[in-house]
Amino acid sequence: MSNLLEVENLRVTFPTPRGDLEVVRGISFTLGRERLGIVGESGSGKSMTGRSILQLIRAPGRVTADKLVFDGVDLLKQSERQMRAIRGARISMVMQDPKFSLNPVMTIGEQIAEALLTHQKLPRREVNARVLTMLESVRIADPERVAKLYPHEVSGGMGQRVMIAMMLIPEPDLLIADEPTSALDVSVQAQVLDIIDELVKRKGMGLIFISHDLNLVSSYCDRILVMNTGEVVEECKAGELMAAKHPYTRGLIASIPRLDETRDELPVLDRSAWAKA
Amino acid sequence: MTALSLKNLDISYGDVQITHDVNLDIADGESFALVGESGSGKSTVLKAIAGLAPEWSGEITVLGSSRGHGIDRAFSRQCQMVFQDPYGSLHPRKTVDATLGEALTIHGIGDRNARIEEVMTSVGLDRKFRFRFPHQLSGGQRQRVAIARALMLKPKVLLLDEPTSALDVSVQAEILNLLKRLRREQNLTFLMVTHNLAVVSFLCDRLAVMRQGRIVEIADVADLKRGDLKDPYSRELMQISAAHAN
Repeated sequence: MSNLLEVENLRVTFPTPRGDLEVVRGISFTLGRERLGIVGESGSGKSMTGRSILQLIRAPGRVTADKLVFDGVDLLKQSERQMRAIRGARISMVMQDPKFSLNPVMTIGEQIAEALLTHQKLPRREVNARVLTMLESVRIADPERVAKLYPHEVSGGMGQRVMIAMMLIPEPDLLIADEPTSALDVSVQAQVLDIIDELVKRKGMGLIFISHDLNLVSSYCDRILVMNTGEVVEECKAGELMAAKHPYTRGLIASIPRLDETRDELPVLDRSAWAKA
Repeated sequence: MTALSLKNLDISYGDVQITHDVNLDIADGESFALVGESGSGKSTVLKAIAGLAPEWSGEITVLGSSRGHGIDRAFSRQCQMVFQDPYGSLHPRKTVDATLGEALTIHGIGDRNARIEEVMTSVGLDRKFRFRFPHQLSGGQRQRVAIARALMLKPKVLLLDEPTSALDVSVQAEILNLLKRLRREQNLTFLMVTHNLAVVSFLCDRLAVMRQGRIVEIADVADLKRGDLKDPYSRELMQISAAHAN
């Protein structure tokens, strides 16, 4: 199987008054048509990794890599115009918070249609039909009514499903989901992830699932990268996460309370143990 | 003794009634959890107790004295609230010192310097953070400030509204340990709202499950640990949490 995405020695740097700060420090991975999870704490560089694939890091931030190739296309050599043709159509990204990521003055139906029309010309009737089918496939019960609503008229869980619909309607090859459910309730979380999971499997897409929640990632991905301070500290199969070796990964796992908790105190990370200056 | 008691509490926002007939008795020193999904009315119960949702009927009693509908200083000394989002609940243009000192000014309490230092030590904040602004602190440090602010008046009852859901798991562990230690050291009573049952299992003694403004079940945490909740909706919540944890 050929690789959908190849990343080698990816670095993201931001200049500060005290010199350059490297937030992603030389990470490499490849992705086929599979589900890859990236986990780490805030500030570990996991979101920056996702954004740099889509070339969404703005100046003064800098992205460098020995290789950043998506399906034969060198993403680093694309012009802004060429990138716009890739974003959405071939690689798309589900953001964390539907409240801030949907356009508040456009109806849901119009926004989803826009995502489709930006990349291809289609007759209006077909566009409408596809928008409604897409809303149905993210399990919105009454798509015709919902298409006419504005984002503030729907709940967070529904907003996130709308965003997924918008991201998947151009049928991309790679979906990057950056904390797609951290603004949602546990009960809605499972629903939203099941939808992503089902659509990814059905269309044979690649998925990069970025999250700080180890349990979620291990239940929805095939392979996991654990990031800390801009580096990948561990790579393993999802099923083997609980047998992880790196002290950072083990520390993260241990710090999660369990449903049948018996520990009197939760272990906390001793950051001095492995962090390099 | 009962630290916090709610009788037939109905809370409304305008024409919409949010909770129906909520009854709770929380013992002194107990840690009690309210769980349920968004929109179940669990946070609204906390807001009504804290005085932030004044349209209620029924009775709210803290440590033997009833609460009125207005601002009640004596009540504030007994009962304080910690909010979910440490990024949104601290004043962005006030230093930690000003945030912590405000309660003392309002209540006319002196000895400001010593009390602020004492509270900062007890929540594990180094002295160097005292004159910083919220944007200069990490999420975990901000939540420590929010907890410190709630503790300034030495209350007996703490209302916790999803105190760790905006934090990373590693930072969540630190804050949960802190809350557990504070409760032991200062003999506090907790009423915590959360949707994370594992957090309940770690920090609480009893829990109430809410759905659509009503309490559907009150159970011991031991029952939760054994997977022994009775109401079908509580069992559903429990199963979702269990599926994610394994």
